[in-house]
Amino acid sequence: MAITGVLRAGFVQIRVLDIEVALKHYVDRIGLDLVGREADGRVYLKGWDEFDRHSIILREADAPGMDVMGFKVAAAKDLDSFKRRISEAGVAVDEVSAGEQPGVGRRIGFTIPTGHRIELFAEIEQSRTAPPTANPDVWPEEPRGMRATRFDHILLYGPDIPAVTRFFTEILDFAVTERVDAPDATIAVWLSCATKAHDIAFVQHAEPKFHHVSFFLESWHDVGHAADLISRYDISLDVGPTRHGITRGQTIYFFDPSGNRNEVFSGGYIFYPDNPTRVWGVEQLGRGIFYYEKELNDRFLGVVT
Amino acid sequence: LSGPPPGFRIRVAGSDWEFPCGAEDSVLRAMERGGVRSIAIGCRGGGCGFCRVHVDAGDYRTGRMSVLHVDEGARSEGYALACRLYPLSDLVLSPARITGR
Repeated sequence: MAITGVLRAGFVQIRVLDIEVALKHYVDRIGLDLVGREADGRVYLKGWDEFDRHSIILREADAPGMDVMGFKVAAAKDLDSFKRRISEAGVAVDEVSAGEQPGVGRRIGFTIPTGHRIELFAEIEQSRTAPPTANPDVWPEEPRGMRATRFDHILLYGPDIPAVTRFFTEILDFAVTERVDAPDATIAVWLSCATKAHDIAFVQHAEPKFHHVSFFLESWHDVGHAADLISRYDISLDVGPTRHGITRGQTIYFFDPSGNRNEVFSGGYIFYPDNPTRVWGVEQLGRGIFYYEKELNDRFLGVVT
Repeated sequence: LSGPPPGFRIRVAGSDWEFPCGAEDSVLRAMERGGVRSIAIGCRGGGCGFCRVHVDAGDYRTGRMSVLHVDEGARSEGYALACRLYPLSDLVLSPARITGR
């Protein structure tokens, strides 16, 4: 296997104010499949094109935001090697037992320099509704709503972008695909563990916050379809449809019913680990984030959960 | 006089802004529909705090709001997020967004 260590974004657990209202949004509108509801209140979802049992976890709470994001690693031995490397860097690592999430093996967890909790896991059951593999149709059942294929990435706000960049590149073996440099420091970074333009991204902010969770669509036409649904069902629109200069994704942003920002996007480029980093000057940030509008807005910059 | 009333009158204190709002509409939605921009529009979901206001006068009910922006104490003092604020009478509001969170 040419990709080793951290393979991909695995799961993200998101807090919502009302679980039933959130389910309507994530299942009927975004088009995720409901995997199961557990006695502790957590609800598990997945995209139709994902093989793993689940990728999105919703939890009802009195404030929205993100509890944890998990990355899948290639093998159980990777958990031990990453645990050693993280510990040697002076960061505490805790263990989460197999089965704490249904169908998921042992996890290790730690707090990254921005203040967010990240976990790694090696084993997760395959979904009972996973895409077919024997003489497969293009999908198991026709996709719903925005036809989100998969959980793709998250963007987090937090302090100390240089430190979190070092953590992901030096300890977790990610590559920096793009970054934004202010005259005195890097203020934003996009990181890839495999061949996507990003699996996680960070923007400088005083406190650890959640900016968005993103789902992948098959085409620019599907982004337009998502925009139609956002208007038809009066979903809270943030910005788009538009395109990013950074990562080149074709995109639309909106909010879930608890105020967590969602993105659905298509396109972007394939990244290889030997590719150079694309670097933006902060004075070009507007064009980098919104390539057509060429300017940022207060809501996109300021609304976080 | 004929037809149903347009709803309650929502006035933003210290301004000339006023717009109608039905009992089932959130104040923020009614404000957006009315083309008024006197309260900041964020997530519209009770999560971000952009549309935090203080209700200076009037009766109302509220939906679920993030406790990071309106906790029990603030709620009892008349603070609310306009996207989760539903009028039961005419209201007078003051914007009360806390920046830097």
